[in-house]
Amino acid sequence: MVADLVAGPLFGVTATLTAYALAQVLYLRSGMVLLNPVVVSVAGIVTLLLLAEIPYTHYAAGGRVVLFLLGPAVVALAVPLYQRRQEILAQKVPILAGVAVGAVTSVITAAGLAWLLGASREVVWSLAPKSVTTPVAIGIAEKIGGVAPLTASVVVLTGCLGAVCGPEFCRWIGIREPTALGLAIGTASHGIGTARVLEFDRIGGAVSGLAIGLNGLLTAFLLPLIYLVFR
Amino acid sequence: MLIRGLAVLLLFQFIGEGLSTSLDLPIPGSVVGMGFLLLALGLGIVRVEWLKAAAELLLSHMALFFVPAGVGVMVHFDLIAREWLPIVLATVVSTFAVMAATGWTAKSLSIRRKDGC
Repeated sequence: MVADLVAGPLFGVTATLTAYALAQVLYLRSGMVLLNPVVVSVAGIVTLLLLAEIPYTHYAAGGRVVLFLLGPAVVALAVPLYQRRQEILAQKVPILAGVAVGAVTSVITAAGLAWLLGASREVVWSLAPKSVTTPVAIGIAEKIGGVAPLTASVVVLTGCLGAVCGPEFCRWIGIREPTALGLAIGTASHGIGTARVLEFDRIGGAVSGLAIGLNGLLTAFLLPLIYLVFR
Repeated sequence: MLIRGLAVLLLFQFIGEGLSTSLDLPIPGSVVGMGFLLLALGLGIVRVEWLKAAAELLLSHMALFFVPAGVGVMVHFDLIAREWLPIVLATVVSTFAVMAATGWTAKSLSIRRKDGC
């Protein structure tokens, strides 16, 4: 009886929402950026699954339901973009140039560093699309001989990194202007980074969302070409 | 209002997914849907008032939707563990490098424009 319940979607949805609600309280009370709600929720759920010996597939039945909402949330980014269209159009040159420089930097530093550190061929190509949003990154990885699940994991890791220390890092290196900050975090750490920016700034979040789309588009065209040269 | 907004968002995601799959585009359907919704807002086909409540709800909790993706990493833990050092180092350094490169590029270009050069 209980086993059936744990195998259904109710378990995964309940676990995700409960973990997130608790993690949010912890995050707000402690005020520590390291206790990012996504990171803490993931750690909590993984611990629960391991301790209670619940198979991942049971959790995923409900996880998929929560993940589904990511689709309409991405579509909804059109709303702040539309509301701030004048400010964004006025900044179109810095925005396009910033994303282009970021896309190239991401591919070169991720793949290049992994290669220098002696990573295998598959790992090098799996890391190359790491700053792109998950569905695009997986599509690219499959085209260039990467391992799709490894790419997906690295993409999540990149996103958490940007969400945990992105705004602090940007301010520390002198990037304080909301458009530039949102653009930097969106280009580097896609949706997870964008979610963090949306917490404190709507215009920065909108630009961050725009950067996800632009970076995905650019990397999807650029990386297969780089692969043809270096494979 | 909330339901109307959600319906519009899902409708545009549906259009986006349909185009992305049928034309074999490299961009995910939701991003294509975002583009079309922006176009529809600009053309006045969709009013921003319809979407405000739904967009606010989804965007202020966007981080939550990534939790299942994070839990999914545990399944592929062995893949990361095998070559963890190059993977972690390259990812960390590269993420900060991209933020600096993008942020500085955008910052220097926007300052130059304000000066009128």
